[in-house]
Amino acid sequence: MTVIQSDVLDVARRQVLEGGEGLREEQVLAVLRLPEEALQDALALAHEVRLRWCGPEVEVEGIVSVKTGGCPEDCHFCSQSGRFETPVRAVRLDIGSLVEAARQTAQTGATEFCIVAAVRGPDERLMAQVSEGIEAIRAAVDINIACSLGILTAQQAQELEDMGVHRYNHNLETARSHFAKVVTTHSWEDRWATLQLVREHGMEVCCGAIVGMGETLAQRAELAAQLAALAPDEVPMNFLDPRPGTPLADLPVVEAPDALRAIAAFRLAMPRTVLRFAGGRELTFGDLGARDGVLGGINAIIVGNYLTTLGRDPQEDLDLLDELSMPVKALSETL
Amino acid sequence: MSTTAAHCDGCGTPLAGADHARCRARRAATDPPRYCAACGRKLVVQVLPAGWTARCVRCGEAGVAAR
Repeated sequence: MTVIQSDVLDVARRQVLEGGEGLREEQVLAVLRLPEEALQDALALAHEVRLRWCGPEVEVEGIVSVKTGGCPEDCHFCSQSGRFETPVRAVRLDIGSLVEAARQTAQTGATEFCIVAAVRGPDERLMAQVSEGIEAIRAAVDINIACSLGILTAQQAQELEDMGVHRYNHNLETARSHFAKVVTTHSWEDRWATLQLVREHGMEVCCGAIVGMGETLAQRAELAAQLAALAPDEVPMNFLDPRPGTPLADLPVVEAPDALRAIAAFRLAMPRTVLRFAGGRELTFGDLGARDGVLGGINAIIVGNYLTTLGRDPQEDLDLLDELSMPVKALSETL
Repeated sequence: MSTTAAHCDGCGTPLAGADHARCRARRAATDPPRYCAACGRKLVVQVLPAGWTARCVRCGEAGVAAR
């Protein structure tokens, strides 16, 4: 069925806000194609949907890289691939610094701390490091621990479950039809299989995307539909930061109105998910982005720095949430 | 550690005779130093939630910052 663009927000009000049923792919595409004069209405509706189905709380998370650079994969957006001549050198984080990073994160009021490694999938050494790190964090810091360690085997998923990992991140990154233009060393299906393992082993599924990697609007809508079909607990929305030395280095930064349309459209596709503002927002939106995002469907943020780049001062984000009367989700509410 | 800044810490090329405005913009917005300002080698950089450290394998510590 063709969706008439001017009607899509009326349809969304009934279908998503009142009924709790996310927009379908063609409806998402209509939102992505809305003219600029309809953008504020779309964001306002996405915000209403978020409040109706998720509540006013905002989930705060910090992330850290325990194994940076030297990755064998060729994800074209990533400065940590060993296949591209980028400024990033390989480095590993020691356990003491990992615990300190978790402590810094918890001090912001964050409930999630994600341990990330630039790998195809974890080897025995990395799994042992993560196990030791989780144990050390648990002894010192009260925070949920998430991991993002690439493609998993069933055995590794079981081990992570046994370690008490709360949530596992593995992004689909882009639409299935666009994936081969972004990554050639593994497939979209490889990623999908890992996400199924994560769910089967009782961990929360965190699966997001990077907007602005040369995909069409139709492919952006396709991605939203594919994510909605996965029904992840969390969807981190990244916006391409074209890193020097990567194959995507010369792509333009996503324009703020397009990024806001994407936020509204993804919220309307997934009314109940934790929709997190992640990497690239500083470049795409500047300082105003946090406000526009959390008033347009976002209900979670990464505070502080990212894996290899720097983010906003966490206090700026926390002050904004306070100003908007949006409470930071407490740890007790996440269990 | 040498304190002589002969190289751009954003791209590693010599400071003299080149425009490093894009490097400076990146450094101001989202990036820690990537190259040793003294010798131009790639730095070993660890970004943490509230800061970063950078070390040159030849010149030693190249920077520590909270942010």
